[in-house]
Amino acid sequence: MQKRAVVTVVGKDTVGIIARVTNVLADHSMNIHDISQTILQDYFTMMMIVEMADKNRLDDLLEAFETVEKDMNLTISIQLEDVFQAMHRI
Amino acid sequence: MTIAYNEIQETIRMVQMESLDIRTVTMGISLRNCADGDFEKVKANIFHKITKYAGQLKPIAEQVEKEYGIPIVNKRISITPIAEILGDATVEQAVELAKVLDAAAEETGVDFIGGYSALVHKGVTAADQTLLDAIPEALATTNRVCSSVSIGTTRTGINIDAVAKLGEIIKETAERTKDHNSIGCAKFVAFCNPVEDNPFMAGAFHGTGEGEAVLSVGVSGPGVVLNALKRYPDADLGEVADVIKKTAFKITRAGELLGRVVANRLNVPFGIMDLSLAPTNAMNDSVAEILEEIGLESVGTHGTIAALALMNDAVKKGGAMASSYVGGLSGAFIPVSEDNGMIRGIEDGSLSLDKLEAMTCVCSVGLDMIALSGEASAETLAAIIADEAAIGMINKKTTAVRIIPVIGKDEGEIVEFGGLLGRAPIIGVKPFSSEKMIRRGGRIPAPLQALIN
Repeated sequence: MQKRAVVTVVGKDTVGIIARVTNVLADHSMNIHDISQTILQDYFTMMMIVEMADKNRLDDLLEAFETVEKDMNLTISIQLEDVFQAMHRI
Repeated sequence: MTIAYNEIQETIRMVQMESLDIRTVTMGISLRNCADGDFEKVKANIFHKITKYAGQLKPIAEQVEKEYGIPIVNKRISITPIAEILGDATVEQAVELAKVLDAAAEETGVDFIGGYSALVHKGVTAADQTLLDAIPEALATTNRVCSSVSIGTTRTGINIDAVAKLGEIIKETAERTKDHNSIGCAKFVAFCNPVEDNPFMAGAFHGTGEGEAVLSVGVSGPGVVLNALKRYPDADLGEVADVIKKTAFKITRAGELLGRVVANRLNVPFGIMDLSLAPTNAMNDSVAEILEEIGLESVGTHGTIAALALMNDAVKKGGAMASSYVGGLSGAFIPVSEDNGMIRGIEDGSLSLDKLEAMTCVCSVGLDMIALSGEASAETLAAIIADEAAIGMINKKTTAVRIIPVIGKDEGEIVEFGGLLGRAPIIGVKPFSSEKMIRRGGRIPAPLQALIN
């Protein structure tokens, strides 16, 4: 079953963040549905809604994100969309 | 419906900066069909049943926390009160059974297994007596087994004979584990009006009204509530209650969602959400600090009960709307050693044992994780339990006592329990004896349910 997830990326702004992160997503065949990005006081924040094709590759994906986090000094998280729906919608 | 940018931010902030987590997913397992005339078979049945049902609990819960990005701190098991299946076992066999439970807990990777328990609020059966006699050694020789005993209910009154016995059990457990700050007592709870579906330790057991297996969830999030309140420094108390209510709603919805996913994947029914705010020793994850944020200089000062009553009720109102099945204890948890604000309150002298007792009149849990002077006698410990049980009995609510008389330590010293159990300043007990009352024995009759002032 396909599931939507929310990816958030926060960290100090530098060249190539979107490129690195979206490359990882592409490598894991995850389609991006929505993307919004802004710079707040030198801090880069990006949120994406992605389609998770294969939940079983989550470990693999988290590992790939970890490398990007270390290389570019970012905090990346991925959470299934249901949790946001549950918390903020009745 | 698409989710708004600020809603995503709010959830991320709660998890990453305000210690939002699911405190526990607890699988309740009935062991009633494990009874057998042959004790070796009982042991094998129990080990087999627990490891079969809960074998996947930890890996599945870990997978779910990864997918949803919200930590599930503890994975636990609660079982049928062991006294109910002991039959004619001896005390030695009962201790052996505790070791089997410990081994099953280790095998499944859960941190605690609760239900080494007996319900003796009216009377004590032969099997109950065996279990009571086995508790000190069982707690001293196992790591993950938690024990609880019910000594009173509103409908039956309080069994003071059992209360007296518990004083001795606690004292003996403290002695047997004195090399480790009497830590055995941290795994033991005395209850008045216990609930059958409590997912929190050390008082969890799988009650007689429960099914074969069930998954219940305890949420947490004092840090989230505290930070929400900090954003409204000038709100009046009605608005304060509203902020707490809304926050509790969100926390509970997240907990229920994850709990249902875990239950679904384990193929067991979802039981209940326990709405208790449970603190940890993490920075800003304290219930006491919420009370202080409401406007107390230090927890324990005048006004503490009023602030606690407001907070506890608001959490329940928000949570009750968020979850389809609320149960368990669902009150404020303020284990002294696990809450930095409570520790500070005692060190500063604003919080005392007497005030802690009073606080339990408006919140659920009772005297929790309180380190007492090792000098406290078994009768004094029993009298503390009797006081707390009386509060529960008259107010028709659950009260619990988890006290640790730390052998060799005296008032004012600090004791380190380590890990999730934290550290606590030792509180002294009154120098006057309660022995005669406890020695009288018998039962305190059930109270009137009318004429209730």
